[in-house]
Amino acid sequence: MEILRYAIYRFGTMLLTLLLVSVLVFFIINLPPGDFLSNQIAELRATGQEAGVAKAEFLRREYALDKPLWQQYFIWMGILPGPHGFSGMLQGNFGWSFEFDRPVSEIVGESLWLTVLVNLAAVLFVYMVALPLGVLAAAKSRTMIDYTAAFIGYLGLATPNFLLALILFYYGHQYLNLPIGGLMAPEFEGEPMSWDKVKSILIHLIVPTFVIGTSGASAMMQRLRANMLDELGKPYVETAVAKGMRPSRMLAKYPLRVAFNPFVADIGNLLPAMVSGSVLVSVVLGLQTIGPVLLQALKSQDMFLSGFVLMFVALLTLIGTMISDVLLVLLDPRIRYEGRET
Amino acid sequence: MRPLLSVEDLSIGFGKDKPVVRNVNFSVAPGETLALVGESGSGKTISCRAVLRILPRTARLHSGRMMLSGGDGDGDLDLARISERQMRRDVRGNRIAMIFQEPMRSLSPLHRIGNQVAEIIHLHRSVSEAEARREVLECFERVGFPDPDRTWRSYPFELSGGMRQRAMIAMAMVAKPDLLIADEPTTALDVTTQAQVLGLMKDLQQETGMAMILVTHDLGVVANMAEQVVVMHKGRVMEAGPAEPILRAPAHPYTQHLFNAAPKIPEAICPLRDGQEDRILELRNVTKTFTMRSGKSWSKPVLVRACEQVDLSLPRGKTLAIVGESGSGKTTAARIALGAETVDPGGEVLFRPTTGAAPLQVHDMDRDARRAFQRQAQMVFQDPYSSLSPRQRIFDTLAEPLEIHGIGSRADHKSRAAEMLRLVGLPADMLSRYPHAFSGGQRQRLSIARALMLDPALLVCDEPTSALDVSVQEQILTLLEEIRDARQLSYLFISHDLAVVARIADEVAVMRRGMIVEQGPPEVLFHDPKHPYTKALIAAQPVPDVDRPINLKLVAQGAGAPESWPEAFRFAGQDAPPLVPLDPGHKVRCHV
Repeated sequence: MEILRYAIYRFGTMLLTLLLVSVLVFFIINLPPGDFLSNQIAELRATGQEAGVAKAEFLRREYALDKPLWQQYFIWMGILPGPHGFSGMLQGNFGWSFEFDRPVSEIVGESLWLTVLVNLAAVLFVYMVALPLGVLAAAKSRTMIDYTAAFIGYLGLATPNFLLALILFYYGHQYLNLPIGGLMAPEFEGEPMSWDKVKSILIHLIVPTFVIGTSGASAMMQRLRANMLDELGKPYVETAVAKGMRPSRMLAKYPLRVAFNPFVADIGNLLPAMVSGSVLVSVVLGLQTIGPVLLQALKSQDMFLSGFVLMFVALLTLIGTMISDVLLVLLDPRIRYEGRET
Repeated sequence: MRPLLSVEDLSIGFGKDKPVVRNVNFSVAPGETLALVGESGSGKTISCRAVLRILPRTARLHSGRMMLSGGDGDGDLDLARISERQMRRDVRGNRIAMIFQEPMRSLSPLHRIGNQVAEIIHLHRSVSEAEARREVLECFERVGFPDPDRTWRSYPFELSGGMRQRAMIAMAMVAKPDLLIADEPTTALDVTTQAQVLGLMKDLQQETGMAMILVTHDLGVVANMAEQVVVMHKGRVMEAGPAEPILRAPAHPYTQHLFNAAPKIPEAICPLRDGQEDRILELRNVTKTFTMRSGKSWSKPVLVRACEQVDLSLPRGKTLAIVGESGSGKTTAARIALGAETVDPGGEVLFRPTTGAAPLQVHDMDRDARRAFQRQAQMVFQDPYSSLSPRQRIFDTLAEPLEIHGIGSRADHKSRAAEMLRLVGLPADMLSRYPHAFSGGQRQRLSIARALMLDPALLVCDEPTSALDVSVQEQILTLLEEIRDARQLSYLFISHDLAVVARIADEVAVMRRGMIVEQGPPEVLFHDPKHPYTKALIAAQPVPDVDRPINLKLVAQGAGAPESWPEAFRFAGQDAPPLVPLDPGHKVRCHV
């Protein structure tokens, strides 16, 4: 029950944080002078296309961009009524993309889920690679196994992701017949889900997962190895050996369990690092994720679109930290019972 | 009798270096206790760990046979030769169990006590969950847990140090081993807890008839526990044999040296009292409440009284000692005396820099006054290994206080630092070295030299010798006494060790849970203690004398809850009686 209370409490603080983030996001996207429409109007005026100006002016009023900034924020959030009544983030209306001339929700639609998918795959990859390698490197520290793992790890850290992407695409295509670019075969784009489409997505996922996950996995492996080495020197490990435990079982039950905590705590940091870190990779690999959309939106000051994408990334981060916090409480009795009366 | 374990010609080294344990022999008979005694670096811990082959990875067994005589009908095992698998299955945890020094760190923080103890049964026998649980609960009860079920569910951090060590003992005993190796099992515990744990180990041994190897640095513990003694020094056995003759008349000079260095509560000291009124430091009605914020934001913070109505005064040129176990508030009192901690309203600390000077309010000073006060009052810390910066040369460490206070030129610093080094008995040409080049005792000399750089009038010493070996402790105490008398220093001396305090203090205050329970000059306090807690502390102190064993009854009574004390001292909850003077200069907390 305690844990449920904690989870609810944690969820509440998450919502509050999200509110704060929304203020920050709105402030940041409004930091550069002007907005998409005022830029457009200026350009139209300069080229003498008065007809377009009228439409842009109309859009400015339509989206309340002529109001003071604080009112714009509340209208965007849906706390104050705009020209069309309450219609903002809270009501599920994410605004209009001026650049693409379509609603934001339509543009991001599928790429939202693909982003989540790619990043989940990468996180899984990170954990599946880092966990065994890190433990092995610590248990066999200062042997060839340790050095080899460290070498591969540093290689992974040092190689630029997009370079790795290009190399993998080339060889993957040549030898394994892996597809190049995109997250699905072109014929499935915009189609409803089907078994073939899922298969296509999975095959396309292989290279991006590897590319996005490698550096994260190497970093985490090194961290886990260091944590494990710390733990291996502690007296409770000696106690376990003196009990007559097999080394492999002892490793898994005691030091790994303790070294696992920072590992779990990293979930929260991993998600945003991957979303922002994978923008370049997504551009190079032609992935239909949210990264390239964000880049484009920021470049052209398409404020509603970039605002929404930033909010989405923030949400991912907050959910990640919440999950890791709740997991930590579940895993570590020292956190769970802190202050319990004895 | 045929020995249970006999270790012959054991030599162990690290890598290609010379062996650190050389040609060590010892043996232990069934039901007998062997004490391995020595100071740090003597090789006693390595030798006993070699028996279970729990050694650092770089350690090499150069030579030696470790014969464990077979149980029923089995042949003897040479622990140096048997396979890792047999070692694991038959010996470790099964025939030979081990207890370690630090009970907190020797148990996994993330697993329940019950799980960790029952594991040992499952590792060596195939029994059902329920049967293992029944055996473990029985064992918990035997080692003195009032509520075994609760202990089964507890995590180590929910138990006190003594209870954790009991859990370790339960873990070792549950498999009914033939031999128990205890590596400094009570060193990390308070004296009263130590006495009770030692008593428990002795009882268990009598009940089960197991043999015990006790590794310790404390001759007092040896006198209370052992039948056989092996004294080690720098990897060699100095003296070995039955405990009683060795303790009565040590033959080897090194053993004699150890005996002379061990601080003892003296038989009687001739009091040298004068009604001196020149007090350098006074704590008046000092209370300190800490607010413990719980990790959960919705639960209420807990208030903890670290000090309660503490009145102390330190005459100039004298030593006032505060004695207490962990959590007694002695260190908080010391920090308050230095102004490092605030006091609750109503309390005050007065400091008189020179005779007849107007008293300064330590907790009501502006920046400049505080800087001036800091020149007058300095501190010597407990752990000489972590209180010196490893990246600073000795000269820089020593000169830093002078730099902070903007005193003198660099040449002055140099001559002053050299002078201080000579004062603490170190050659002045060591100024350009780093701390790692010094031993523990030398480092503590350096800490003292650093504290003296500003020529203070008051020195607060927080357990200055408790991290040191006995023979080194003796030297540091002598040094502190010499400096005090030569420079007219006043000490506020914090310690948990009654024998140390008896030796250096002019006045002693015994603290328990934030309150002073008894106060007086050492000769009165140690030879005519009134308060049950003081009596327990004195009774619990192991003395290296086979004729004066620990009186466990006295310990149990005084260290228990205040409700169980004799009528005159008894109280419940926060309702403690006042501190009343029984004789001039002897105050006791009791009902009159």
